[in-house]
Amino acid sequence: MTTVAKFDIKYTQYIDQDGKPTSKKLPKLAKDIDTLKTLYRSMLRIRTLDTKAYALQRTGKMGTYPAALGQEAIGVGFGSALNKEDVLVPYYRGQAAMVEHGVTMEEVLLYWGGDERGSDYQHAKEDFPIAVPIATQCLHAAGVAKAMQLKGEKRCVATEIGEGGTSEGDFYEAINVAGIWKLPVVFFINNNQWAISVPSEIQTACETYAQKAIAAGIEAVQVDGNDIVAVREAAEKAYEKARKGGGATLIECISLRLCDHTTADDASRYRPEGELDEGWKAEPILRLRKYLESMGEWDDEQEEALKAELAKEVQEAVDNYLNTAPDKPEAMFDYLYSELPARTMEQRQYAIDKANNKGAK
Amino acid sequence: MSAITLIEAVNKAMAYEMENDQTVVALGEDVGANGGVFRATDGLQKKFGPDRVIDTPLAESMIAGVSIGMAAQGIKPVAEIQFMGFIFPAFDQIVCHMARMRHRTRGRITLPMVIRAPYGGGIHAPEHHSESTEALFAHIPGLKVVIPSNPSRAYGLMLAAIRDPDPVIFLEPKRVYRIVKHEVEDNGEEYPIGCCFVDREGTDITLISWGAMLHETHQAAEKLAAEGISAEVIDVATVSPLDIDTILESVEKTGRAMIVQEAPKAGSLGSEIAAEIAEKAVMSLLAPIGRVSGYDTVMPYYRLEKQYMPTVDRVLEEARKIMEYK
Ligand SMILES: Cc1ncc(C[n+]2csc(CCOP(=O)(O)OP(=O)(O)O)c2C)c(N)n1
Repeated sequence: MTTVAKFDIKYTQYIDQDGKPTSKKLPKLAKDIDTLKTLYRSMLRIRTLDTKAYALQRTGKMGTYPAALGQEAIGVGFGSALNKEDVLVPYYRGQAAMVEHGVTMEEVLLYWGGDERGSDYQHAKEDFPIAVPIATQCLHAAGVAKAMQLKGEKRCVATEIGEGGTSEGDFYEAINVAGIWKLPVVFFINNNQWAISVPSEIQTACETYAQKAIAAGIEAVQVDGNDIVAVREAAEKAYEKARKGGGATLIECISLRLCDHTTADDASRYRPEGELDEGWKAEPILRLRKYLESMGEWDDEQEEALKAELAKEVQEAVDNYLNTAPDKPEAMFDYLYSELPARTMEQRQYAIDKANNKGAK
Repeated sequence: MSAITLIEAVNKAMAYEMENDQTVVALGEDVGANGGVFRATDGLQKKFGPDRVIDTPLAESMIAGVSIGMAAQGIKPVAEIQFMGFIFPAFDQIVCHMARMRHRTRGRITLPMVIRAPYGGGIHAPEHHSESTEALFAHIPGLKVVIPSNPSRAYGLMLAAIRDPDPVIFLEPKRVYRIVKHEVEDNGEEYPIGCCFVDREGTDITLISWGAMLHETHQAAEKLAAEGISAEVIDVATVSPLDIDTILESVEKTGRAMIVQEAPKAGSLGSEIAAEIAEKAVMSLLAPIGRVSGYDTVMPYYRLEKQYMPTVDRVLEEARKIMEYK
């Protein structure tokens, strides 16, 4: 018998949960205080947005909302490392990466507030809208990457999926084709340990999600998803490789969902006791704060000022969202086809009439 | 006897059958510890253990395909697809295998299995959580498609679905999961699949509906009665195979027919029912057949949801039009 293939999975963490460097050899980013502060701001902004959206839902001003508490380093890390001309193909818990790549918070709120205009991005013009059917977005990302390859462009694509989503066929099909065609795409797994109520023991018999890449013939990377330095560093490397024609990468980011699955969920039904207490000690924002403080680069005063600034910024987005009147009923019809079939035109008029004389009845 | 909701009825019927038939298993995403996102399987894992109430990985094609394999071996899977909008990864298995295994093997392999899914709009949910795509399944020969409209029918039809020797798609109108309660005796008594139910007798017009829309239809019938119009209301309940005889009998009596559905109009069940009436009872008709339906559009996100959903007023308006036809 001979061994014909072997693999190992490397895990990277640069900053531990106490905000301490785990090695002497740190990437440049770990010393780049300005960038770190920007990332800190972005993470805190997404948390502020998520918290606000949650509160809005509780008062009937928002639909079902999937917060990403505790997972801010993942989306902010890989989203901020994208170039403007790269393309993001997000999943439903992807607001952190989306906002980093130019989607506005108002658009995020509109989308989850039940308004299609939330997907008509004003700045992130080529980015895909949120995909709710799990894992379907992975194939779109591969397709966008294929187009870039065909056009000979030096751009790349990033996409995100939950660890549970990697059980779907579409995920395997996407990484497989990305391997064969050497596509410029990077798959990020937000391993927040839970797929609604389903833990990893029920989701996979693998030790890691990263190793799924091995069977697709693409590079497998695993990082501490609560360490933004590790996430961003891994993302930058993978994007560079992709843009240079080196093919796809799968990056598993290990984190923990510190909130319910969505506002419609009650995690206390399945989450083991104590998990949250431990989780809040390891979360990414606190960690980066400790790291910055240890270098004398952050203090309570700056923290308070930033919080006030972000509260204002988020409130502005909320106000804009709340002040956006619902779309007209004809919007149900007007974007279905380049030209609405004559038959459906009748229904369109009927819907308008119904909306107009609603008050009369 | 106790008053229960539609979702509790689904739960009770499953529990009853699991208790009495050891070959019945439940499986799906989040059906175990969490009891399903709507709690349809609440408490079942505690009662029957993780071998019979199985939390699956997140993969619908797997759920359907594995259920087919189990059913071929005499296990009776009751598989949950979390929302009907997420049934499409399983469509291949359902259409290409579940629907035709009996036929393909000339009866050698049969599939006594149920695929349950909450469906329909009106609960302010995100995209893909509100569509009514029952016609896609009703169109496939070899499938039975059942839609209970109230707690009693949910209980009886779920029992019948599990006991049925053939695969059943069981669609649960989630908007009415909890809005009405019925006294339902937990005695294992089933309702027949393949039967329409005459919910309300009338002589002037036949209102035909199923699922959640039956509630608007009943309200409309009540208002019509106040206007002196006697409406008969039919709950289709099994949308495939269709019990057209009950519908025809009613239409022959009333001379007027109207279909109320949440789904888009084109190529829908309403189209099929209207065509059957036109083929077989056109001479009894005193007015053209009417249809009140969702629009031929993508189901809008929730801010426009109300604009899409057929309302009691729309039902009334159409019914009056039919009544006034000369
Ligand atoms: C195809 C499909 N099946 C089921 C669902 C319902 N659903 C929404 S989120 C979710 C769990 C996802 O878990 P994971 O992939 O780990 O991502 P997370 O939500 O934890 O970020 C499920 C089952 C869906 N949206 N799409």
